[in-house]
Amino acid sequence: MVENRPWANFFAHLMLIGGVALVVFPVYIAIVASTQAPGDLLRGSLPMLPGSHGWENYKAMWSTGLSRAGAPPAGHMLWNSFVMAMAITIGKLSISLLSAFAIVYFRFRFRMFFFWLIFITLMLPVEVRIIPTYQVVADLSMLNSFAGLSIPLIASATATFLFRQFFMTVPEEMLEAARVDGAGPLKFFKDILMPLSITNIAALFVIMFIYGWNQYLWPLLITTDPDYYTIVMGIQRMTSEENPQWHLIMAAVVLAALPPVLVILFMQRLFVKGLTETEK
Amino acid sequence: MQTKRMTFPGHWLPYALLAPQVIITLIFFIWPAGQAMYQSLLREDAFGLRSTFVGLENFARLFRDGAYLNSLSVTAVFAIGTTLLSMSVALLLASTVNRMIRSRSTYTTLLVWPYAIAPAIAGVLWWFIFHPSIGVIPYVLNVVGYDWNHRTSGADAMMLVVFAAAWKQISYNFLFFLAGLQSIPQSLIEAAAIDGASPIKRFWTIVFPLLTPTTFFLMVVNVVYAMFDTFGIIHATTEGGPSQATNTLVYKVYSDGFVGLNLGSSAAQSVILMAIVVALTVVQFRFIERRVNY
Repeated sequence: MVENRPWANFFAHLMLIGGVALVVFPVYIAIVASTQAPGDLLRGSLPMLPGSHGWENYKAMWSTGLSRAGAPPAGHMLWNSFVMAMAITIGKLSISLLSAFAIVYFRFRFRMFFFWLIFITLMLPVEVRIIPTYQVVADLSMLNSFAGLSIPLIASATATFLFRQFFMTVPEEMLEAARVDGAGPLKFFKDILMPLSITNIAALFVIMFIYGWNQYLWPLLITTDPDYYTIVMGIQRMTSEENPQWHLIMAAVVLAALPPVLVILFMQRLFVKGLTETEK
Repeated sequence: MQTKRMTFPGHWLPYALLAPQVIITLIFFIWPAGQAMYQSLLREDAFGLRSTFVGLENFARLFRDGAYLNSLSVTAVFAIGTTLLSMSVALLLASTVNRMIRSRSTYTTLLVWPYAIAPAIAGVLWWFIFHPSIGVIPYVLNVVGYDWNHRTSGADAMMLVVFAAAWKQISYNFLFFLAGLQSIPQSLIEAAAIDGASPIKRFWTIVFPLLTPTTFFLMVVNVVYAMFDTFGIIHATTEGGPSQATNTLVYKVYSDGFVGLNLGSSAAQSVILMAIVVALTVVQFRFIERRVNY
């Protein structure tokens, strides 16, 4: 700050508090709504303070869910989301590490061809090829399975490029020393490259986990069996009902938002690193 | 493209290492994209039994179709509205946070977490607080005499999805603006202050021009986000309505193809979207190569 202006500081704080309030407001309302008794929300004016029915609402949502709306218990859907997010994250990280290793540390025919092939995936998000991708997954009979939920999403140009970038900065001497000591490519990868990449892996892990957890269109397309519903798409089924049970839906919304928000809050530094580096 | 000066010898190993990525790319990316292009040239009969080659007829039909042209303009309004709203709020917050010394990291933490919330969840949250009969905001608006109803008014529905999409994106823009602001040399700002420039003048004549690269980058990213990552917001709330007022291009591909089963038309729309993504990616990469351009 250049000059000291107490009033300007005061207004700056005021504005930031307003900004934070704006950002928090929808979630605060959701928390308030999730603690009300069934009838309280329909009286026309929403209470502004949390009610006393939180425990029973969350318990009902967690263990029974809204089966009338065709949605399984939230506990089950959270588990599905977790499995899917972890499968996508670990899958993306492992195949990207391997392909970046191949591209940086080997010279072979069609290297550039493979590099561009991976690059093209950046330009083909699921949203632009909905029907044919669905057909492929249906032909491979991967509908309603965790394999179908995760495998088609684990190709990752972003992660491959990031690891390639990072491997290029690893000093040449590392490889020379390793080869003098007689280490083969896989040993070099496992014992030298992996430990060096650990911060990058962790930063990408945070970003990819959030990406995986928040998938919506893809689970919507390929799951018709409620056993495989994920929480983010399951909530839509509850709201499209005739008389939505808002106090329970908002409990599900809070449960669905909690895991990725906690990941960001507890791993903020890794999150910022991952976010700024994947977008370069 | 370079490799290391020294590399490993290997005949089959590099191919084996690349295999998982390449196989998944071919099966789930390249093949479906090729299928979409192929199907965009075909028309299926009403029972889906036979398809005939119709050339570019599907595309020609789209551009004569009022619903598609409407969807184009809806997407443009939505993307521009979301980008402008989200970026201006984020810039305001970032430049204010940047003044702070002790409280900077606290405010940052309090502002970044909405990034974690899925678009569909953001949509449901805003849908609920704008709910015409039980929402908080329509209740307040009613007092000042505005009858909010996103079920019947297209403008209200559009505002709702723009709010939800922009709200979720503020944290992303905020982080990048803050990083951009912190890389501006403090000496420039001090020199201007000594010459008597007010904080507002300093912002518009020094800070904002120096932020241009960040602003351009974020504009592209936000347009991509608004066009392709907001399917969940639309699907979980307005479902394209009322009367097509929020039917964006991506939502229309889904509803025409997956719900309406009009495969030829949906495939043609996919191909147009691919062209848009390719164009935006090229803009993004050309720009990033010349990241500093003032």
